Amino acid sequence: MIKDIKKILESLSPNEKKILPHLEEKNISEICKKSNLDKVSVIRSLNYLKSKGIIEVSSIKKKIVDLGVNGILYRKKGLPERRLLNLLDEKRILNLNEAKNQSKLSDNEFKASIGVLKKKALIELKKEKIIFNANKKEIYKKSPEEFLLEALPLEYNSLNSEQLSVLNSLKKRKKIIEMDNKQILGIKINPFGKKIIETNIKGKYLIEQITPEILRKDSLWKGKKFRRYDTTLSVSPINGGKRHFTNQAIDYARKIWTEMGFEEMTGNMVMSSFWNFDALFTAQDHPVRDMQDTFFIDKKEELPEKELVKKVKKSHETGVEGSTGWQYSWNEKEAKKLVLRTHTTCLSAQTLARLKPEDLPIKFFAIGKCFRNETVDWSHGFEFNQTEGIVVDKNVNFRNLLGYLKEFYKKMGFEKIRFRPGYFPYTEPSVEIDAWHPERKIWLELGGAGILRPEVVIPLLGQNIPVLAWGPGFDRILIDYYNIKDLRELYKNDLTKLRNMKFWMK
Amino acid sequence: MAIISFSKKRFEKDFGKFNESLQNKIAMFGTPIESFSKDEIYIEIFPNRPDLLSYSGFKRAFLSFLGKKTKLKEYTINKPEKDYDVIIDSSVKNIRPYTACAIVKELQLDDEKIKELVEMQEKIHITLGRKRKKVAIGIYPLEKIKLPITFKAIEPDKIKFIPLEMNKELSGLEILQKHPAGKEYAHLLAGKIKFPIFIDSNKQILSMPPIINSHSTGKVTSQTKDIFIECSGNDFKILKTCLNIIVTSLNEMGGEIYQMNLHYGKKEITPDLTPKKIKISLKNTNKLLGIELKEKELKKLIEKMGHNYNSKDNFVEVASWRTDILHEVDIMEDVAIAYGYENFIPAIPEIATIGKENKKEVIKKKLSEILSGLGMIEVSNYHLTNKRYQIEKMNLIKKQEEFIEVKESKTEYDVLRKNLTHLLLKNFSENIDSEYPQQIFEIGRVFCEEKEKQGIKEKEMIAAAITPGNFTKIKQILEYLFKMIGKETGKELIFREATEIFPYFITGRVAEIIFKEKRIGLIGEIHPKILKNWKIKMPVALFEIENIIEELL
Repeated sequence: MIKDIKKILESLSPNEKKILPHLEEKNISEICKKSNLDKVSVIRSLNYLKSKGIIEVSSIKKKIVDLGVNGILYRKKGLPERRLLNLLDEKRILNLNEAKNQSKLSDNEFKASIGVLKKKALIELKKEKIIFNANKKEIYKKSPEEFLLEALPLEYNSLNSEQLSVLNSLKKRKKIIEMDNKQILGIKINPFGKKIIETNIKGKYLIEQITPEILRKDSLWKGKKFRRYDTTLSVSPINGGKRHFTNQAIDYARKIWTEMGFEEMTGNMVMSSFWNFDALFTAQDHPVRDMQDTFFIDKKEELPEKELVKKVKKSHETGVEGSTGWQYSWNEKEAKKLVLRTHTTCLSAQTLARLKPEDLPIKFFAIGKCFRNETVDWSHGFEFNQTEGIVVDKNVNFRNLLGYLKEFYKKMGFEKIRFRPGYFPYTEPSVEIDAWHPERKIWLELGGAGILRPEVVIPLLGQNIPVLAWGPGFDRILIDYYNIKDLRELYKNDLTKLRNMKFWMK
Repeated sequence: MAIISFSKKRFEKDFGKFNESLQNKIAMFGTPIESFSKDEIYIEIFPNRPDLLSYSGFKRAFLSFLGKKTKLKEYTINKPEKDYDVIIDSSVKNIRPYTACAIVKELQLDDEKIKELVEMQEKIHITLGRKRKKVAIGIYPLEKIKLPITFKAIEPDKIKFIPLEMNKELSGLEILQKHPAGKEYAHLLAGKIKFPIFIDSNKQILSMPPIINSHSTGKVTSQTKDIFIECSGNDFKILKTCLNIIVTSLNEMGGEIYQMNLHYGKKEITPDLTPKKIKISLKNTNKLLGIELKEKELKKLIEKMGHNYNSKDNFVEVASWRTDILHEVDIMEDVAIAYGYENFIPAIPEIATIGKENKKEVIKKKLSEILSGLGMIEVSNYHLTNKRYQIEKMNLIKKQEEFIEVKESKTEYDVLRKNLTHLLLKNFSENIDSEYPQQIFEIGRVFCEEKEKQGIKEKEMIAAAITPGNFTKIKQILEYLFKMIGKETGKELIFREATEIFPYFITGRVAEIIFKEKRIGLIGEIHPKILKNWKIKMPVALFEIENIIEELL
């Protein structure tokens, strides 16, 4: 809070200055009128003045009696009973139907009017006729109801006993009265504020917003004072456009792999079982090939060239050099079944099948969507991202596999990594990767890796060369970075959250 | 995922205090701890090691791994006694052709051991047995059986016995219809004219595999001393291994193993615990693992994994209950596990290769940068959607070509998305309370049928939507996007009044987007009736285009 008069004076905005002389007024609407500002601007300016220590604003809750929808109408057009009385002024006796038609009142209004006038003993009903039987002067007298309607809005507590009884009878009628709890602002100007107000009235010109017009003419700003802003005040937040946070993280991972000399693989999400399973030495009766676990699609896909199919078949049935294989009869029909890829490792299989001896050594990576037929909860989904990699070189070994993975996770922000034995049908040795979470003090299970089995490599590549391979999930690290508790967040597209989500700052 | 459980007391008696260091050892043996309580320990067994599916099996392997009882474990196996015969009738040939059988005697069972035995049987059924399709195991108290036994197949209505958990006699078909196990596994006998049974020489039916045992031969109890075990299925090799897993575990529990004569065409004797021999090369092992073991060390490590090493001929004797050793590499993994994964020093080799991002991905990233530069937010929707979203809410007619279904989805998402448009509307519909204006886009894969090849084609789409929005605003966005990729409106990019009626756009406010003379998409204002379907309260304009990413390659 600035307590220096000069500084405060220099910081007053035009609106604040406009309302300063009118702060003695009883209510906000008066201030609005006098300062020629709308209510929102006045309230905002009052808050600013408050934060500058010039005034104290208190708010009191008050019960207000005001006009309802019909009340507003009747104040303009007159109460229904008034309209009926006016008719009776012309003719003292009226047929009921006639009266209703001529008065143009609705059923309800008409009934109410008759009731009210009867109660006041101004009319009598006899044989379907209305008879006016009071002094004619009574017609021209303003009724207590009319007095009250004109006086509204009023504070409930200020009503006298007569007004209260009138109010109660009006409240029984449709939408004439509306009761409202209003917050009434009370403004108190403190001595410091009074000083400010006095000085302000004599105040001189300060530059507000700098405009192109001001800049065009030196004389408009040279030697002038700029209004001082309270630079500590909060401003309303704004938002910008951005890439989806998942993709920001994927872009970063893509950068890590390319920096390490890996080439990116992409490919279809709908795959034949051949590429997704068979080429990866996953036996045809393996449970992962059940509809329970994998999304199948009722379409067919042709198998790749016959030579390759034959080699894969042999690998399953009787094995490749030094291996016994799974020893069962391999079925081409099973291999043709289409699935939504369950891992990106199928891309590695396709890549290996394309490589020629002169391409080696070579390294590939992929980051992509995979699918499993799962129910959805906070830690599972049917769709997830995997980061895939292969290194094809006759000299690589198990320690190199661990080396690449360690480096990748270090760059992703995990310093402490643990490797455990794992199992996948297509790798041997197989590895499970855990990362130590320093805050939660637990090992996060990140996924698997290994060296591809000869039963996989020989049919695809034509020779037995070690191929380091990995395909850990990507989403766990992602949600950890963004501090998301629920994997479903990744697909929720809650715009408020997306707007507020921090950037991937790596 | 198979989990076995055992009591902590029993474990601590065998291995010592269940402390952090021992917990770590369990994980580094390749059997991660799933959880543990005050009394129980739960560990995960990977599908390649069904021999660890009982505590006895785990104990045998883990003692060896810790260096306490290394090498291939020897078991005393007794020759078949009189009548220890199983006759396999040729009638089972096309139904459930094989069985491997054994007798184990002098068991001293208690409740804990029975629980272990039953759980092992169940876990093997699920994993190695592929839910009894490949292997079904039957265990019977020997005292209630009169040997020899016949394995044959007969007509289901001639099969009559009281199955376990029932109190009246049922026929073969009735069992499939009425018994819980019958209902669950009926599909395994579907279409068979005859059902397989085990029957003893008193003509007493012992069981109808792979479904259920007879009540009269009953269950194994703590009174049972001697048992008959059969494994039936269609792969004799697996059945033999499976039998070996069970009988050796029973031996660990104190039983004596007896062989049986199996009378197929030629005689087979099971169980057969002869180890398998696999060649191993020290050089290959060191090369693959990146370490420098001496042969003596290699031998020690191999022995720690429960194998024998023959240094004269460089081969490994592998236990007959291991299913996972197909190749030399499988031994190498065992060597690595015994060496300790934690003891390998990670190292990055020098392999000179050049990194390369996929061009498509680069372009997608650029397009996203262009659109987010306009203040738009990128969204990311599932690749699966459903008919209600993709067809009904868009007022499209439900025709077969409008959707590609995935089979038996466990969620409401069961159709591959055909466009992004309906998903952007879904996003707006789920954000009606978020701040306006809302400007969103998605760049992603959609799926459509490929008529000639009956396959599925995948396309990369770009879609953007704004609310509140109108045609002018969305067209400005599209033209800006094209300008930024160097394509000018009026030249490569042309807008043509739509000639068809698109039910989700307002007629007269939708244009076809023509790029290099081909229609690549639509742009327009969404019809209020569609907005109403989605409960969207603000006007929406959007576009969706294809083929641009490919065009920029």
